[in-house]
Amino acid sequence: MQRGFISGLNSSHIKPGETQLRIESLQLNFGGVTALIDVDLEVRQSEILAIIGPNGAGKTSLLNCISGLYHPQRGRIVYVNDREHEVTRMRPHQIARLGIARSFQNIELFRHMTVLDNLLAGAHIHMNSSLLSSLIYWGPAQREHIQHRRYVEDIIDLLEIEAIRHNTVGSLSYGLQKRAEIGRALAMRPSLLLLDEPMAGMNAEEKEDIARFILDVNEEHGVTIVLIEHDMGVVMDVSDRIAVLNFGQKIAEGTPDEVRANRHVIEAYLGEDTSVFPFKFNKSNNNGS
Amino acid sequence: MISGIFHTTYEKDMALRRTHAQKIRIVIVIVFLLVFPFLANRYALTLANQVGIAVIGAIGLNILVGYTGQISLGQGGFMAVGAYTAGILTARFGMPWWASTIVACFTTALIGTIFGIPSLRLKGLYLAIATLAAQVIILWVVTHWSALTGGVDALVVPDPKLFGIKINTDFNFYWVTWGLVGIVTIAAVNLFRTHFGRAFIAIRDQDIAASVMGVDLFKYKLLAFAVSSFLVGLAGALTAHYRNIVTWERFTVDVSVLYLAMIIIGGLGSVTGSYLGATFMTLLPVLLTNLGRAVKTSFPLIDSILPFVQQAMFGLVIILFLIFEPEGLNKIWKNIKDYFRLWPFSY
Ligand SMILES: Nc1ncnc2c1ncn2[C@@H]1O[C@H](COP(=O)(O)OP(=O)(O)O)[C@@H](O)[C@H]1O
Ligand SMILES: [Mg+2]
Repeated sequence: MQRGFISGLNSSHIKPGETQLRIESLQLNFGGVTALIDVDLEVRQSEILAIIGPNGAGKTSLLNCISGLYHPQRGRIVYVNDREHEVTRMRPHQIARLGIARSFQNIELFRHMTVLDNLLAGAHIHMNSSLLSSLIYWGPAQREHIQHRRYVEDIIDLLEIEAIRHNTVGSLSYGLQKRAEIGRALAMRPSLLLLDEPMAGMNAEEKEDIARFILDVNEEHGVTIVLIEHDMGVVMDVSDRIAVLNFGQKIAEGTPDEVRANRHVIEAYLGEDTSVFPFKFNKSNNNGS
Repeated sequence: MISGIFHTTYEKDMALRRTHAQKIRIVIVIVFLLVFPFLANRYALTLANQVGIAVIGAIGLNILVGYTGQISLGQGGFMAVGAYTAGILTARFGMPWWASTIVACFTTALIGTIFGIPSLRLKGLYLAIATLAAQVIILWVVTHWSALTGGVDALVVPDPKLFGIKINTDFNFYWVTWGLVGIVTIAAVNLFRTHFGRAFIAIRDQDIAASVMGVDLFKYKLLAFAVSSFLVGLAGALTAHYRNIVTWERFTVDVSVLYLAMIIIGGLGSVTGSYLGATFMTLLPVLLTNLGRAVKTSFPLIDSILPFVQQAMFGLVIILFLIFEPEGLNKIWKNIKDYFRLWPFSY
């Protein structure tokens, strides 16, 4: 796996394959409910890691711990870019500034903004003009705006949402909102992108589009992606590695083939039914197309 | 890669988002504002000054409530901070009116930020109550710290002067008020073209997502209080210099509610809406008074109940608005524009 490289979409400086995120014996409780039990997980630079598991397994909770929305009772999360950062107790905006972006399972866009403004809001951490120059909107503030606008337009092209860039997101279809949310996360130029069920509720064609965008971002820009997804066909085709959660525990981890063959996984999640692998969507055929 | 960009450069695309019609409207408004004082009588100029000050206060409140989603009932109190700071510095310490106005803006920004701290924990109605506490505390201080503020007595402020000219007529003050309205408008519009304004709106729309996008909620909520209070303080300071007198009765909780009504009726999260709401709410009582006078001459009997009728009308109009156009005057204005946009050859 030698894809990753530094480009406009990716702010990471570490080599592909090196550990980018290390989760160590994470434990998260909500009162009596235990959402995560002793979870260990490594995410490597420029890979696509899928997290699968039945509803309530703790997948979203895990992402929420990584982005600082939940604080685990035990364990730690270490993020590496230029150096190691312990992010376990950091606030969400501090974690974002390190280059971790995400989308949400239930769309959490800024509803009254246009698609373009949502994307520009996603680039917030890269905007540094002072309040005074912003109020005057002359010099630095204006140059900064134009520069980010140019950059955000690239994402708009990539996600094929040119036609709706000036639409208010609240007025868009569910599928387009999902797409805009991925765009907003990309606008941050993340090193690590966390996607929580980006294809949920979509038809096969829409799913294929999203899968293609994910592969583009990963292969062309080397952005590491952690993907929560229920569609096994997509998961098997798109991901380099898969981690399986069940009742808050990680029960398996490995390549798609390893996970597919794993007895625990078959028992706990996949069942005997082999028809859950319908897609024939081969990753290597999608290079650069 | 082929992209669907319709304009050749982003600069142009950004500029062109302001349509031709919009430019014409802006020019018409500016020309009107420049010509108006030469045509208007004294009474109309008085109203124009009141409207101008209200516009500044409404834009200030709208930045906090409409754009950032932090409900505030402290408007009256913050205006009092601005008015008393400006009034005291000029009346007691002989500071020029413009200098005391600048100090008043920063002082109010600071006080507003301090009273904004609860917003880090409280939202919605709970925050409204916390800011109501600000209102009550500020007015209590103003009425009890007699040595500084004059307490319940009026504080008399000398006429402002600029380049040796006394700004003691409505005509002269008009240029101060509306010059500042212009500056405030440009600054507010610019603010929402940059990441500061977007962060404010992001906090209003979806604060958790905003924080995950890297917006420091603490910093930007307090900043919204600071920027908003700065403008509200400006409105307060202008009141002091315009009326030459500062009394606590002008800054009661009624004022807080009145300004909230302005931005709700005008349109939350809209600079144009702030204009419309401030104009409407300042002129409506005047209109009702004049209407009352006209009616009184033909029906002398209703004289005694007239004030109540006027109050009731005032309330009624507001309620009707909220029922029939909850998005405010700004929405009606947009509908009018859309209507004309559909006209053939209108552009
Ligand atoms: N904010 C919360 N408060 C209480 N319980 C929660 C909260 N978030 C998640 N949980 C619980 O944690 C468990 C895992 O949920 P979640 O992470 O959303 O699962 P998944 O995303 O895998 O479907 C569930 O039992 C859920 O009820
Ligand atoms: Mg989930």
